[in-house]
Amino acid sequence: VVLAVSYMSDALEAAMREQEQRLGIRISMSHEKEPLGTAGPLALARDLLAEDGEPFFVLNSDVICEFPFAALARFHRQHGGEGSLVVTRVEEPAKYGVVVCEADTGRICRFVEKPRVFVSNKINAGLYIFSPGILQRIQLRPTSIEKEIFPAMAQDGQLYAMELQGFWMDIGQPKDFLTGMCMYLQALRAQHPEKLHSGPGVVGNVLVDPSAKIGANCVIGPNVTIGAGVVVEDGVRIKRCTVLEGARIRSHSWLESCIVGWSCSVGQWVRMENVTVLGEDVIVNDELYLNGANVLPHKSIAESVPEPRIIM
Amino acid sequence: MPLKAVILIGGPQKGTRFRPLSFEVPKPLFPVAGVPMVQHHIEACAKVPGMKEILLMGFYQPNEALSRFLVSAQQEFKVPIRYLQEYAALGTGGGIYHFRDQILSGGAEAFFVLNADVCSEFPLQEMLEFRQQHGDMHSFVILGTTANRTQALNYGCIVANAGTQEVQHYVEKPSTFVSEIINCGIYLFTPAIFQHIGEVFQRNQQELALCPYLGEESSNGWQRAEVIRLEQDVFTALAGSGKLYVYKTDGFWSQIKSAGSAIYASRLYLNQYSKSHPERLAQNKPGGPVIRGNVYIHPTASIDSTAVLGPNVSIGEGVTVGAGVRVRESIVLHGASLHDHTCVLNTIVGWDSTIGRWARVEGTPSDPNPNDPYAKIDSETLFRDGRLTPSITILGCSVTIPAEVVILNSIVLPHKELSRSYKNQIIL
Repeated sequence: VVLAVSYMSDALEAAMREQEQRLGIRISMSHEKEPLGTAGPLALARDLLAEDGEPFFVLNSDVICEFPFAALARFHRQHGGEGSLVVTRVEEPAKYGVVVCEADTGRICRFVEKPRVFVSNKINAGLYIFSPGILQRIQLRPTSIEKEIFPAMAQDGQLYAMELQGFWMDIGQPKDFLTGMCMYLQALRAQHPEKLHSGPGVVGNVLVDPSAKIGANCVIGPNVTIGAGVVVEDGVRIKRCTVLEGARIRSHSWLESCIVGWSCSVGQWVRMENVTVLGEDVIVNDELYLNGANVLPHKSIAESVPEPRIIM
Repeated sequence: MPLKAVILIGGPQKGTRFRPLSFEVPKPLFPVAGVPMVQHHIEACAKVPGMKEILLMGFYQPNEALSRFLVSAQQEFKVPIRYLQEYAALGTGGGIYHFRDQILSGGAEAFFVLNADVCSEFPLQEMLEFRQQHGDMHSFVILGTTANRTQALNYGCIVANAGTQEVQHYVEKPSTFVSEIINCGIYLFTPAIFQHIGEVFQRNQQELALCPYLGEESSNGWQRAEVIRLEQDVFTALAGSGKLYVYKTDGFWSQIKSAGSAIYASRLYLNQYSKSHPERLAQNKPGGPVIRGNVYIHPTASIDSTAVLGPNVSIGEGVTVGAGVRVRESIVLHGASLHDHTCVLNTIVGWDSTIGRWARVEGTPSDPNPNDPYAKIDSETLFRDGRLTPSITILGCSVTIPAEVVILNSIVLPHKELSRSYKNQIIL
């Protein structure tokens, strides 16, 4: 697995070492010193990718779905073209790259990035498989794969689309992250219900790390994920939230549609809603009301935020 | 010396800024720090030696709440208390003029007049002593206090001689700065006041005789000659005549015009309880709720031991407060029910209302600037620039708030059953 990163950190490297051990695979870092867009990084990692002459997958990391790697590989070998991408149906295609393809073969005729008029409701799901030949199309400079490479490949008849089964979400924005989380939990309920949390005060799909502690008289869920070492005190109500590792939610608070960052401390009788996002190590004082507050890391919040805004 | 006291309680057309709370109970009976607003006045008057009778004066129709209150107040304070009903709104001077015989009956040598909608330490004994010290037993005394320059314009302004405290100039709500000493709405009169009021009455009659057409405005804006305002009509004329004095106090004082000011007044009285009525302040006890600061809890209220109350909280008769409830700077009226984990801040919860689990009911305090010792509570307008000014949240009587919602800076009229969150709204 090659990670194409523009920002390298010790924490990331350490985490990847851990994953290598756990999974028994090789993880390489390809570090771009200047931003290379969505295609340039492939050129940068050319040697690693073309190593064994086999096709390689490319994924955008801010996408969540039931990754159909085996089916995609099969589809790609069958048509023999240079590239295959996964498409999914959405209600608002204008936010994404839209794909027009032949119904029977899946060969892509047109590829339009963020069209202003309606073209099709099938969009690029951000998951590809390419044959190494594609690397000849990509130079080592900032390049957009969607705007420069794909349209050319489509014209050459070398790009094919496979429709995704199951859920898909671009989780780049906090609001969409929470929606994606709900979809993921729903799929988990269908496939591995034993992984979900159950018990008194648990409603709907809830995922709780075994090391987390939940107090008395809480009602948690639906659609809540609770990370390692989290402490939820008595009488707390949480709905549609992600609570990251090490956070503490103090008693009698009420949270809906929030992301609580690592090691945060949310006080007693706090109400947080409407995609409030707390960065790492944020402290929220008792009895406050946060409505759509986006709080940068290491801040202390001592006043309510009744209307959505960013707290720097 | 035989004394009497008259408490001006107004009527339904007055005190409209106190709606929707005044729909259920006449404003003077609204509980402040656990007892009816006007009971604080009665208690202060009853303590003055020589107090023969307390007269409540207003133009409310006789009603059950008022009658019951009068009976119980008489029993508690052991002084005759009567209600005199004006046949129309006669102004702060017209009522006492109309009932002057009742006031003077029994040989009262002096009498206090107090506005019901003020909250005060009531330094009545001190006003009597001040009058004695300053020599003229026939003079009248206004209780005054200091306001800041900007806010003074909202009150009656008094200019007094620095040595004698004789009032040289009086103007009600001037548009330019006159004085920082303001009229507290508490007066000490002798029977001679009626002579001065009588003069105003005669002047009014003469003026009305000159304007025979209905609808043509007279100087006091009313069609009746009997409507007399002490402030504009009497004090302004008496200033500089050597008959009017001001006794300045630094004790606490505030007007109670809006619901927000009722919470502020509660705080002032609850503060006073540590000296005057320590038995009314709740204490931290094992097995009891956590009490922070000054809190009044009616003996029949039922409070879970995990609740945290205060500072400045009054809990009325028969109220239930569930587990993990937080109440701060609020008044909870009788029969209300706060379910588990609710958070109630800067709010008046109406009689028999219900607040569902995990709901947050919050208002914005309109407290005077704590850094200015002379700042007074603003009587703010309901709207500013077309938007509702953030203020205390008020739930009228029998309002139902569902679980898990937020009600912020809103006024909910009686008997409403809400189904979602509201912010900055008046909900009809």
